Amino acid sequence: MSASETTTARVVAPDTEPAWKRVADDQMRRGAFTRTLPMWVGAFALLMVMPLLFPSAVGVTIMNQMGISIVFALSYNMLLGQGGMLSFGHAVYFGLGGFLSVHVMNYVEYDGWWLPLPLLPFLGGLFGLAFAIPIAGFSTRRAGTVFAMISLGVGELVAACSIIFVAFFGGEEGVSGDRTMGPPVFGSEFLSEVEVYYLTAVIVLISALFMYLFSRTPAGRMANAVRDNEERAEFVGYSQRYVRFVSFCAAGFFAGVAGGLFAINYEILTEENLNLVTSGWVLLMAFIGGVGFFIGPIVGAILLTLLQTVLSNHTELWQLYVGILFVLTVMYAPRGLTGLVMMHGPALRAGRLGMLAVPYAIAVVPLLALLAGTALLLEMGHTANQSVVGESEAHVFGLTLDVTTALPWVVAAVLAVGGGYGLYRIAQYLRDAFAQATGPAGGHQ
Amino acid sequence: MTAALQMQGVRKNFGPTEIIRGIDLEIRAGERHAIIGPNGAGKSTLFHLISGKYSKTAGRILLNGTEVTELQPYQINRMGLSRSFQITNIFPRLSVFENVRCGLLWSMDYRNSFWRLVDTERALNERAAQILDQIGLLDRCDLPAGVLAYAEQRALEIGITIAGGADVIMLDEPTAGMSHSETEGVVDLIRRVTEGRTLVMVEHDMGVVFNLADRISVLVYGEIIATGSPEEVRASKAVQEAYLGTVQESGEEVL
Repeated sequence: MSASETTTARVVAPDTEPAWKRVADDQMRRGAFTRTLPMWVGAFALLMVMPLLFPSAVGVTIMNQMGISIVFALSYNMLLGQGGMLSFGHAVYFGLGGFLSVHVMNYVEYDGWWLPLPLLPFLGGLFGLAFAIPIAGFSTRRAGTVFAMISLGVGELVAACSIIFVAFFGGEEGVSGDRTMGPPVFGSEFLSEVEVYYLTAVIVLISALFMYLFSRTPAGRMANAVRDNEERAEFVGYSQRYVRFVSFCAAGFFAGVAGGLFAINYEILTEENLNLVTSGWVLLMAFIGGVGFFIGPIVGAILLTLLQTVLSNHTELWQLYVGILFVLTVMYAPRGLTGLVMMHGPALRAGRLGMLAVPYAIAVVPLLALLAGTALLLEMGHTANQSVVGESEAHVFGLTLDVTTALPWVVAAVLAVGGGYGLYRIAQYLRDAFAQATGPAGGHQ
Repeated sequence: MTAALQMQGVRKNFGPTEIIRGIDLEIRAGERHAIIGPNGAGKSTLFHLISGKYSKTAGRILLNGTEVTELQPYQINRMGLSRSFQITNIFPRLSVFENVRCGLLWSMDYRNSFWRLVDTERALNERAAQILDQIGLLDRCDLPAGVLAYAEQRALEIGITIAGGADVIMLDEPTAGMSHSETEGVVDLIRRVTEGRTLVMVEHDMGVVFNLADRISVLVYGEIIATGSPEEVRASKAVQEAYLGTVQESGEEVL
């Protein structure tokens, strides 16, 4: 069947060039870096104007944290998304890179080392790499459960070491430094947050660029191939172990760079920065954003940093909401938030995205009811559970609700149950509408 | 001239069970050699032993005169042996084009380099496109390999197998599960792409075997009971017995 179609295509083609030549040219043109160049330039421009859009100290601090998270999550995705390695210990390289960076800051301050601050994350990266090499050496023989278990063990091991080797890890209070002691760079001593922002932004962009380019090299392409089918990769001449080893080392390097950025921003590192909680957090960022896309971890890092910094100001339950978001992503959107957006590509290309406007507008009503009702129930429950005698007011969505009266509970329950039921009822209608917008031309079978 | 493949006393036990019970076989360079035999005879196991997927209990295997008995699959592949699988074995999430390109990378000496971009390498991309043209999948090059029709996936698997330019090609039931017309297409494809190379093939379809093979070996319960030209094997009493349980008195053709 395919053979005959190929023949037809050849007959129709007007030029004399053989068909394979055109396909090769086409692949090279579409894969060319120059095609993504506008995006990189756009990202650079956006990063440069962000402090003008959000000039507040809080805004700049949050953006710095986003930048660190972006590099960290992208490096994690070199393992999970591109290499098929589920790591529970990636914070090890982040933390080690960070600790080394703080120590180097102190060497600059007290021992007179000459080191411009922008080079510090690079040193952090090399330190992360130095530890990634031996650890990758014994943990990349297999992917899957074996790899995951080893990464968990190594993560625990290094976290335990941080209490034991006080000279390097500083014990429970950690190690702190001062970033401003190095030689000025372009006249800046990095006293203010905004100066640190621009330093962070440039390093984030360079790191992201190199991680993207890595995914287009033979080593990066084979990481995908080994993820898909390690046996097949072995039978085309590649050692699955060595392919994973290379990706693991690259991921360790960039995690160390992120750790160095963290050290510059916060000037302190503690055991918390390399323990399992941090390792779990980077997994959440990458997965919620979408591990199948290069941009996925960036989306996840931005969103979760926002939740961490903004939502945590409004509710003590923010981690519960992040947990719920993660579970829902695993269950209903395994390709992450980026996957949810990308699945509309076919409808967009077919010019039928508009067909989804009405169904989505209808769906928003029960969805919001469900979310609002659930949040109300959780917050009121939290208040009722926690309240000191005499304190019975929950503050949600700018409302003040008395949890000792029945009415708020009834309203919240009606919203949650009604919203859930409403979504359940229109689910099939939504699926049909989506299939029609996405399906073959004409939209009907 | 050395044989492409030599097996000397190759054995494989799984626990107490002997699956391959001492195989001595020479595959001549440039021949098309089919291995046939009833289900459970150990044909696929023999393939796994040769290609390095399984370790050997005993015996030696030589590829182009060099011992490969203890080598890993990727090492054997680098020495010029490439194989396909009975159950389709491709990179399902990569595009069809990338599947073939991954099959080419090592042989074109790209190794695990992280300082070159695959999209800027003209020779690599042109070679991949030529192979897609050969296997008739040029117009499918952008699809994820996992969504191809079954017959197309089988063709792609052959494409990946031959991409690296190995001089010994091993195909494990390349026409399994195909319709009559699809089988004809694949036989034609195999003939074209293995031109000038050594082909070792496991196959159940006797039409395909007698059409393609220069020589045939019959594997029964882990032993080769006959090797020879299609005519010799067809006439062999041992083969008839193995396939039918008894020797046909009349000597009528059973294969």
